[in-house]
Amino acid sequence: MKTLQELWNSLHAALVEIGAMVRFLVRLLIVAPRALVRFSLVAEQIYNAGALSLVIIMLSGLFVGMVLGLQGFQLLQRFGSEEALGTAAAIGLVKELGPVITALLFAGRAGTALASELGLMRATDQLSAMEMMAVDPIRRVVVPRFLGGIIAMPLLAAIFSMIGIYGAQLVGVQFMGVDSGSFWSQMRSGVALVDIREGIVKSLAFGVACSLIAVYEGYYAVPTAEGVGRATTRTVVTSAVVTLFLDYLITAMFL
Amino acid sequence: MARRTSHTLNMGTGLFVLLGFAALFFLTTQTTNRGLTIGSRPHYDVTAKFDNVGDLKVGSPVSMSGVEIGRVVTIDFDLKDYKALVVMRLDSKYSKIPSDSDASIYTQGLLGGKFIGLTAGGAETYLKDKDHIDFTQSAFVLENLIGQFLASFTKSATPAPEKPK
Amino acid sequence: MNDSAAVIEIRDLRYAISGRPIFDGLDLKIARGGVTAFMGPSGTGKTTLLRLITGQLVADSGSIQVAGSDLCSLSRSELYALRRRMGMLFQNGALLTDLTVFENVAFPLREHTRLPERLVRDLVLTKLQAVGLRGAAQLMPGELSGGMTRRVALARAIILDPEILIYDEPFVGLDPISKGVVLRLIRRLNDTLGLTSIVVSHDVREISSVANTVFLLSGGKVVAHGTPQELRSFPSEIVQQFMGGLADGPVPFHYPAGDYYTELLAREGVA
Repeated sequence: MKTLQELWNSLHAALVEIGAMVRFLVRLLIVAPRALVRFSLVAEQIYNAGALSLVIIMLSGLFVGMVLGLQGFQLLQRFGSEEALGTAAAIGLVKELGPVITALLFAGRAGTALASELGLMRATDQLSAMEMMAVDPIRRVVVPRFLGGIIAMPLLAAIFSMIGIYGAQLVGVQFMGVDSGSFWSQMRSGVALVDIREGIVKSLAFGVACSLIAVYEGYYAVPTAEGVGRATTRTVVTSAVVTLFLDYLITAMFL
Repeated sequence: MARRTSHTLNMGTGLFVLLGFAALFFLTTQTTNRGLTIGSRPHYDVTAKFDNVGDLKVGSPVSMSGVEIGRVVTIDFDLKDYKALVVMRLDSKYSKIPSDSDASIYTQGLLGGKFIGLTAGGAETYLKDKDHIDFTQSAFVLENLIGQFLASFTKSATPAPEKPK
Repeated sequence: MNDSAAVIEIRDLRYAISGRPIFDGLDLKIARGGVTAFMGPSGTGKTTLLRLITGQLVADSGSIQVAGSDLCSLSRSELYALRRRMGMLFQNGALLTDLTVFENVAFPLREHTRLPERLVRDLVLTKLQAVGLRGAAQLMPGELSGGMTRRVALARAIILDPEILIYDEPFVGLDPISKGVVLRLIRRLNDTLGLTSIVVSHDVREISSVANTVFLLSGGKVVAHGTPQELRSFPSEIVQQFMGGLADGPVPFHYPAGDYYTELLAREGVA
């Protein structure tokens, strides 16, 4: 009986959280057109979320691509079709690994930065000060960060995939001796535009989810050192779970 | 907003966005058949009819002796003789292909996609735009092959077709 | 005529945080002009009162009139319009940490007006000069001391020429020199700009030197009000305890607890 009660309690808490987050999203979307007018604020956040994540994204993309090249080669060699390595690596990166790993890295790099920044602004009364200067902090602070994250994510995912494909090419063609021509030509005949579209749709969805979670956790953080810390942790955990869940959903939609 | 850093900020943002779009462009043009390789270059089209094209796709390569000389641009079904009509776009660089050459559909590797391979004939005339290739060989379809194999296996059931040593 | 002279009028204010009443029928009037101070022991809700007056919190019942409009009946945009006529100085300054001092002071101008850059610059430098920090215009907030941070915040609070200027604990954590500077600024800005200033503090000495009127809050009510001199001789135990800074009195030294002796014995019993 007690575990049932606990189960109900946590379910109830989760429902309240989801509801609050969706309402926050609606609030952001209502303000978004007006915030877009001042695009310099959004551009600044594209820099924070995107340009500053570039190094980690590119490095990870390279290594993930190289691992794919190695693993894919070992596997495909068993069937005598190493030439399919290009297709395997490109499809894997564009549809799946690119968007998902980018989203996870984004949550860890940009998401935590967003959450702790907003949490600290709350803790040091900066948000209240804006309210007192008759400036809506949602419009001035939260929405530009939200939009910046959404714009940065597909671009980051594309860069990740591109670097990854070159990583796979490096291992497959340069180290393992797969024919360069068939690596690329098989990739071209194997990858369809719809695969790339799936990747873009995914990374857009992940961008909305991860940015929303980060700004939500930060904006409603308990204004203490502990509260801000908890907000950043929750940002990473929730983003990761939601990303993987959405990944399944969108993959199923595109089948 | 902080004025003293706005220059580097703009630079960084611009660079990032540029790189992002370059990557998107790379993915759409270099990893798929939406490439800009043929189409901008001078080219000519030839047609061929196949009994079965298997999973040949628009954009699959056309090659000769393993060298890519063109791409498949349309695949259609001809209701008159119930065959697949394939239009290939060949690079004008390879204009002296004998008109009695034959076209076969091959598979790249064991699991790879299909492509059309041309084998040169001996005629003195060469293929021109809108020409038709008469000699074709259909795709090798695994199910048919297995079906044939099983059929021959059941026909000669009593003596085993091959004795394992 | 007497009523319109009051810039802020609070009637029968009730407000509770998670069931614990903070204000229980609070009444007060603040006249236009002059420096008014809210004082009282810690935890009596002085900061909460400021947040209620500025509409950051909403009262459970009662009415709060600010500059002639009832806060409870205002829409969001009307509240924002009212707030442009108020300036507020937060306890730690609350400067925007990603902007320079100059941009912090310019922030309300950039958000609310479309003034040419040259005019913005002149206005910002005028206000920075008034708080004595024109030379620090290009510093970042992280490079400022506590006192300087508060002076920058003060320049920002007066950039839109407000009618009401609210100070939340302006002296906390400042050295005596900085305290003196802030005190002088409160007085001088109030007189030169024709403001109504409201100061929340529990520094009796500083307040006595700057305030025209003092409201002493305790237990969710106003227990005394008048000039600092009047309060010193106010015949009430709690006022005497506060103004005199006595450790024990009506505000007890001990947080409410059970009998000390019994608890000690009980704990021994458990062990």
